[in-house]
Amino acid sequence: MDILGKSIIRKEALDKATGKAKYTADDLSVSMLHAKMNISPYAHARITHIDTSEAWKLSGVRAILAGEQFPLTGEEIRDRPPIAYDRVRYCGEVVAVIVADSPAIAKSASNLIKVTYEPLPVVNSPSEAYKINAPLVHENINSYHREKGVYPEANTNIANRTKIRKGNMELGWRKSEIVVEANFSFSPSDHAAMETRCAIAEIREDETVIITSSSQSPFMIKKLMHTYFDIDIGKVIVNTPLVGGAYGGKASVQLELIAYLASKAVNGRKVKVLNSREEDLITSPVHIGLDATIKLGCTKDGVLQAAEILYLFDGGAYSDKAVDISRAGAVDCTGPYRINNIWCDALCMYTNHPYAAPFRGFGHSEVTFAFERTMDILGNKMKMDPLLLRSTNAILSGDTTPTQVLVNKSNVGNVSECISRLKKIINWDEGKIEKVSDTKVRAKGICCTWKNSTIDPHAGSGVTLTFNPDGSMNLISGVVEIGTATKSVLAQMLADKMKMDIHKIYVQMEVNTLSTPEHWKTVSSRGTFMAGRALLSAADDVIYQLKKLAACILRCSNEDLEVGFGRVFLRDNPELYLNIKDICYGYKYPNGNAVGGQIIGKGHYIQRHITYFDQDTGRGNPGPEWTVAAQGVVVELDRSDYTYKIIRAITVVDIGKILNEKAALGQVMGGMSMGLSFAGRETFIFDQQGKIINPQLRTYRPLRFGEHPQYDVEFVQTPVIDGPYGARSVGEHGLIGMPAALANSLSLAAGVELNQLPLIPELIWKTKEGVTHDTI
Amino acid sequence: MYSSNSKNLNISLSINDEERSVVVRPANTLLSVIREGLGLTGTKPGCYNGDCGACTVDVDGVPIKSCLMLAVEGVGKKITTIEGLRNTPVQKSFVEHFAFQCGYCTPGFIINCNALIQKHPNAKDEIIEEWLESNICRCTGYKEIEEAIKSVITAKSEEQL
Ligand code: FES
Ligand code: FES
Repeated sequence: MDILGKSIIRKEALDKATGKAKYTADDLSVSMLHAKMNISPYAHARITHIDTSEAWKLSGVRAILAGEQFPLTGEEIRDRPPIAYDRVRYCGEVVAVIVADSPAIAKSASNLIKVTYEPLPVVNSPSEAYKINAPLVHENINSYHREKGVYPEANTNIANRTKIRKGNMELGWRKSEIVVEANFSFSPSDHAAMETRCAIAEIREDETVIITSSSQSPFMIKKLMHTYFDIDIGKVIVNTPLVGGAYGGKASVQLELIAYLASKAVNGRKVKVLNSREEDLITSPVHIGLDATIKLGCTKDGVLQAAEILYLFDGGAYSDKAVDISRAGAVDCTGPYRINNIWCDALCMYTNHPYAAPFRGFGHSEVTFAFERTMDILGNKMKMDPLLLRSTNAILSGDTTPTQVLVNKSNVGNVSECISRLKKIINWDEGKIEKVSDTKVRAKGICCTWKNSTIDPHAGSGVTLTFNPDGSMNLISGVVEIGTATKSVLAQMLADKMKMDIHKIYVQMEVNTLSTPEHWKTVSSRGTFMAGRALLSAADDVIYQLKKLAACILRCSNEDLEVGFGRVFLRDNPELYLNIKDICYGYKYPNGNAVGGQIIGKGHYIQRHITYFDQDTGRGNPGPEWTVAAQGVVVELDRSDYTYKIIRAITVVDIGKILNEKAALGQVMGGMSMGLSFAGRETFIFDQQGKIINPQLRTYRPLRFGEHPQYDVEFVQTPVIDGPYGARSVGEHGLIGMPAALANSLSLAAGVELNQLPLIPELIWKTKEGVTHDTI
Repeated sequence: MYSSNSKNLNISLSINDEERSVVVRPANTLLSVIREGLGLTGTKPGCYNGDCGACTVDVDGVPIKSCLMLAVEGVGKKITTIEGLRNTPVQKSFVEHFAFQCGYCTPGFIINCNALIQKHPNAKDEIIEEWLESNICRCTGYKEIEEAIKSVITAKSEEQL
C-alpha cells in the first residue's frame, strides 16, 4: 500500500468546502454573554481615572472590569496585567472589559467609558530602548517572576539577553581579509489570520473552568490558567475546534484570560470575547520587529571567518514569547554556514509597541533577512558570485552550529544540494540581471536558510487509537488543525502501518484537553515530527495487542503473525487469519466465552537530549533537526518609479521525506506568499507617539490574488533518522528566506543596498535618491 | 451586530431557496443576521468593513460582502450562502486542488468563484483577477485557488465545444 507521499485529500476538506466546518466564534448559544474591550489610544500613559458610570446606565450591561489589579501574566516573565492597571504600555492595550447581553450593547457601553490618561515618554523602537538614558517601560523587571534561563537586566529595557560565544573572535578577524558591516531594521507587523481570535469561557458550579479558544496551545492555556490564577489544573478544560489560520499568532495566551475574568465577573456565565479586526491586529500580540547590526569577515577566497552580530528584537510592551523568539534568533543567528568564530548578542527589548507573538519562522525570517543581506554585501565587496559564496561556506557534517552542536548527516539537511538545484531552476548561469526595456530590469536574488525548533526541552506529544466494531479506527491527537493537514498526514501514517484503507480511519479534528492526549503546542513545525512519532508508537502498541490476542486464539506465537488488510494472519499462511473486527472488542468463542477486550492503543514521544543554553556561551542543543533550504526571487523593477513586480519565487527545501506532496507544497507556497507579503508591504506604521495609524486590512494590506508570482518548489529528501519515515519539518521554511531573497533581488535591480523592510517603492526611491526626510 | 430591542422588524428573506422569517434591527448587517439570526455560520466575519471578503454571499447572482449590506436590503432578493451550494464544480475543484488550508476564507472564495463562472463562463485572467482580488487568503499562495477556478472554466469551455 503506497499511501505515503500521496496527495491524500485532507480529512476535513468537505466540511470546509461546504461551510459546515466549525470555528470557535461559530458557537452562538443564546445563553451566552458578550465581552468587548476598551483599548488604549496611547502607547505609554498613566491611567489617572476611569469613569464607568455612563456605561453602567445602558440596559443589558452585566459587568465592567476596569481599574482592578489581576495577577500578572506572561510566559517567560510575568510582567503583563491581563487588563491594564494604573498604566498602559502600548497603543491598543486592554484598559477595560464590558460584559453585556449582546456585542452591540457591550460595544456601546465601551464607548461610554471615560478614561483619563496622562501621557508618558514613548520608547518607539528597540534601538531607542537600548539607549543609555531611555525611558523605562518596566521599572522593576527583577521583581517579576520569571522562568529558568531568562536574564532580564535591571534598570534597562532589556528583558533578556542571549549570548553566543563560539571560537576566538580575535583570530577570526585576523584571518578576515574582507570585512563588511551593515545595519538593518523593520517595525512590527502582523499575522493577520482571516479568523480573528476568539475565546469563550464559563465556570461550572464546581469551579471547573471550560474554555473554548481559537488557539494553537490548548494544553498551555490549561497550564497557564493554573499558574496565573491558581485554579486546580484538572479543573481547566480547554476545547479547540478548527482554527482559521494561526501562523504562530494563536500560540500566545491572551483572550482566554480575559474571557475567564469576564465569566468570573458574571457568576460563571458563558462569555464570548471575539476580536474585531482592529483588535486582532494591535491588541492581540503581533509579529516582532528587529534592529540589527552585522559585521562579517572572510578570506580572499570567500571562506567565512568571523561574524559579530547584535540583534535588538522589538519585544514590545510585555515580554511573553518575545524572550523565546529572541533566543531562537540567537540559536540560528547566521545562515547555514561553517563559521568558526561567532559573537552574537540577541536582546529582547521592551518598547511601547504591541507585544510580540511567535510568527511563522520564529525569529528566523527576521535574522535571515539581516544575515543574508550581509552575505550579499560581502559578496559584492569582494566581487564573488553570491551563490558561490554560499556553496563555499555551506555547513557540512563535522562542522558545528552557533550553539556548538556537532552536525551530522541526519541532524542538518543538505545545503549544497539545495543550492545546486536552485542554481538550475533559477537559470543562474544566464545572468543575474538583465534589461527588459528602457526603464525596466529583471534581477535575481537568492539566500540560504535553516531552522531548528527551540521549544521546551521536554516538549512531547501523545496519540490514542481506538477501534469501531467494524474494524475501522479512530485517531486522537492533541495537534490542533490550524490548516496544515497534520492530522490527515497522521492518518496516512496509520494507514501505512496498519495496511488499511485511509477512509476507514476517522480523525478527531477538535481538541479537548480532558480526553485528548497532550501535544505540547501546535507550533514550530513540529506537529508531524512529534505527533508522527507518537502515532507510530501507538500503532505499534495496537499491533502488539492484536497479535497477542490472536496468538492465543490461533494457538501460535506473536512472532508468527502479521497485521494488515483488516486481519491478523499467519506470516507463512495468510489463509489462517482473524478479522480485526472480530477481535478488536474481544473475541467470543462459539459457546459465549470471551477473551481480550477492547483494544486501545497509546503512544507518546518526548524530545531527546535537548538542553538549556549556557548563559555565557549559548552552548546547547535546541532541537532534533535543522531543515535547510535555498530560495530565490526574480523581480522586475521599473527604475523610473521604483515599482516592481515579483515574477518568480523559488524554494528548494530538504524535507527529509515527502509524506503528502500537495499538502507539503501548499505549506511551502503559503509560507512563501506570507514571506513576500511581509517583506514587500506589511508593517505597522507608528507615529511619533507610538500610535499605530494603519490597524485595518485596507491600510495594512496583505498580498491579494493576482499579486502572487509564479512559485517553483522542489524537495530534496535527506532523511532525519529520528523523524517519522525520515520527515523533517516544513511548515515555516517557505517563509524564512523570502524577505532576504526579495531584498537581495531588489538591491541588485536598484543598484543600492536595501536594508529595511517593507520593500515598498518609496523605500527604494528614498534609499536610491538619498532622501532622508519622512514623508508620512 | 445582532441584538433585539423595541425597533425590531420582522422580515422575510429568501436564503438558499428557503423563505426564512427573522427579526432584525434596521441597523443589522446581512452578515450578522445570516449568522446570528439564522445560524448559518458558514459565512465568516473577518473584518466587518469590506476588506477581507470572508463574508461574501451571492445576492441575485452577484457576490456581495454581507458585512456591507443591511439585512433589510435583502428582502425580495435571492440570497445564497455557502450552505446553499452542494456538489458544485467549484467546490469539487477547490477540494481537489488543495485550494484551502485553514478553510476560513473558503466560503467567501467559493461563493465568489461560483458567481464568476455563472457570469463569465469563459473568464480570461484579467476578469478572474478582478473578481478574486476582493478576497484575502492568508494560508495559500493563491496558486491553488487560481488552478481550482481555471480548471472549472476549462472544463466548462470544453463542454461547450
Ligand atoms: S467581513 Fe465582510 S469583507 Fe471582511
Ligand atoms: S485557507 Fe486559510 S485563509 Fe485561506
